[in-house]
Amino acid sequence: MTGPPPWRPSGGRLARLVALTVKETRQVYRDPSFIAVGLVLPVILILLFGYGLSLDVRHVPLAIVLEDSSPDARDLASSFQLSPYFDAHLVGSMESGRTLMLAGRVDGVIRIPPDFSRRRAQGDGEAQLIVSGADANFARIVQGYADGVVANWTAQHAGRGERPAAGPVLVEDRVWFNNANNSAYFLVPGLIVLIMTLIGALLTALVMAREWERGTLEALFVTPVRVGEIIASKVIPYFGLGMLGLALCVVAARFLFGVPLRGSLAALVAASVLYLLVALALGLFISSTLKSQFVASLVTVVVAFLPALMLSGFLFDLRSLPLVVRLITYVFPGRYYVALLQTLFLAGDVWPVILPNMAVLAAMATVLFSLTRLVTRKQIA
Amino acid sequence: MFQSLARVWALVVKELLAVLKDPRGRATIFVPPALQCLVFGYVATFDLTRVPYAVDDRDRSVASARLIHDLDGSGVFLRVAETARPDGAAALIDDRRALLVIGIDQDFQRRLEHGQAAAIQALADGRNSNTAATALGYLNTIVGRFNADWRAAHGVAGPPAVRLTTRAWYNENLETRWNIVPSLVGALTIGEMLLVTAMAVAREREQGTIDQLLVTPFRPSEIMAGKAIPAVLVGFGQSTVILLVAQFWFRIPFAGSYLDLYAGIGLFLFAATGAGLLVSAFARSMQQALLFSFLLIMPFTLLSGLLTPLSNMPRVLQALTLINPLRYMIDLAQRTYLEGQGLAQLTPDLAPMGLIALVTLTCAAVIFKGRLA
Repeated sequence: MTGPPPWRPSGGRLARLVALTVKETRQVYRDPSFIAVGLVLPVILILLFGYGLSLDVRHVPLAIVLEDSSPDARDLASSFQLSPYFDAHLVGSMESGRTLMLAGRVDGVIRIPPDFSRRRAQGDGEAQLIVSGADANFARIVQGYADGVVANWTAQHAGRGERPAAGPVLVEDRVWFNNANNSAYFLVPGLIVLIMTLIGALLTALVMAREWERGTLEALFVTPVRVGEIIASKVIPYFGLGMLGLALCVVAARFLFGVPLRGSLAALVAASVLYLLVALALGLFISSTLKSQFVASLVTVVVAFLPALMLSGFLFDLRSLPLVVRLITYVFPGRYYVALLQTLFLAGDVWPVILPNMAVLAAMATVLFSLTRLVTRKQIA
Repeated sequence: MFQSLARVWALVVKELLAVLKDPRGRATIFVPPALQCLVFGYVATFDLTRVPYAVDDRDRSVASARLIHDLDGSGVFLRVAETARPDGAAALIDDRRALLVIGIDQDFQRRLEHGQAAAIQALADGRNSNTAATALGYLNTIVGRFNADWRAAHGVAGPPAVRLTTRAWYNENLETRWNIVPSLVGALTIGEMLLVTAMAVAREREQGTIDQLLVTPFRPSEIMAGKAIPAVLVGFGQSTVILLVAQFWFRIPFAGSYLDLYAGIGLFLFAATGAGLLVSAFARSMQQALLFSFLLIMPFTLLSGLLTPLSNMPRVLQALTLINPLRYMIDLAQRTYLEGQGLAQLTPDLAPMGLIALVTLTCAAVIFKGRLA
């Protein structure tokens, strides 16, 4: 109110940063699409992951062709009919089973051949399952459940005075961290990595390219504002949105999906801050290198979204990949964050896992921010 | 009519030049689908080929050595450590060094020789419970084979076992790659289609060049066709790249007719482009076009049946998938490519995609006209 403030080097820098950040934040608030991605997208993804994605199959429609009328064969057929995994009904012949399969009305056909009980008495009973390999994952799940039904049935019959069904060696298995085999436990890390990637990379992917396209960045260069300050002001508002998305996810994981948080919240927040910085820096780097909003948007899909979905290891096991592909997964930040999330949510504060993965994320963020600065500065000259 | 076609043609040529003249644009359109198809073809499988495991063999007998030998020779299990202490097992799993820790009791061989059941303990890392279940399944198969060998060698009569033999149609070995890679024809192109169209229109709007177009004799519907057709042509190019990788790199046998498959791809591309134009009708800037596109791409991808079966979903979500063009494209790709079904069986996929294309393109045209008039 009383004239210009006295000139202070550090105060001036801070004031410039605050002014730029306020301007960026206002832009975010005024544009409904930012809020859509910061809030609506996480909520949609939480709902889709919570209710839409599941590898636990129930009530698979199944046709049973019973060609053997012995009590044994009927009994096996009825244990398929009683299984909660299947919605099984008897059909007259293999031909009608085949027709139902081709029409997509059933996902599998169980055939119990005429010599079933005779061969079973000789220790070589055989039932057949026909599935369509057009969806191989689904067919495998169906096969697994059908194997389970047959094994249970065999074991039950062993209990009725017959010889023990399995053995001599028995496997007693225990699955750590997820005893009840709850699929939400392994989907939540995937959910968080997708949300953080989308918020981070999508929001920043265009900001620098837009300034270049409109020539407003060059206008900024003639002001006392420094490159580092411009970059920081682009990061801060979106960082806030990202943390909001993270909070939504953690609350949903805890209270909607009942996933435990066995590690410390502080470690989870620290890991997420690092990953969010990597994602933001990746978006900024793409944006300032390509300087075209059109190309930047396509590149972001290819290097941020799809790798987070496919190469982060939340769904597919990365250890089993061929060497070259495994090396590629090390380039993308997703795998480090998924390892952190899986460990922090389900196992606890396992420092030998946490520290190396955090170190890699920190290094990636540093490199990407430095590159962004370098690319932006070069163009002034 | 002829003049209108000529005008649209001119626009199409201009758009294609705008995208393809720039080497960067060319690269971003054709290289990523090929690379992604290669990488995802290897990634997208639930089969395990390297399961790091540790063993705590307290028996150190011929029998236990034989079992461990069977595991090592399976080609799936990789022995990373031998552990003697129980807390060693916990640390190995916590640190993710081992996926499985197998414990063999001291009396393992003695019990086997006395005809008693001998238990082995298997601890699995359940952070990805799916992987853990698969690894335990493999372990059970190997132990089952060990049991059969043991019974055969020691003349023990087997139980009245029942085998379930599986026959899989169209994909004998149930290779996930066989159904994932052809599905990528839809899954990889949908994002590109939406973005290419939505961003192209938003760019014209942002740069103000759309106003220049409006003072020309072009009608709004012609401008729209000029945006949609190049995108569809680009999509055909991308799909072809993916199909080439599927057939010549992964050598997945093609069972159907190319004509049917390309008919499906065409309808799908128009449906996806229609969705992109609809997005662009609501987007005021390129930033908004990108973000709104993702509000569609995410649900389209997750509710397509690509990664998890559609029949698992609750009714409400299953109903929502009915407006998802990708769902039909993936079904159609699998039906033609693997099953070799003809046009009659493909109608349940073709008809909805055609309808979606019609509705989205019409709505986009109406909104577009309203906004510009």
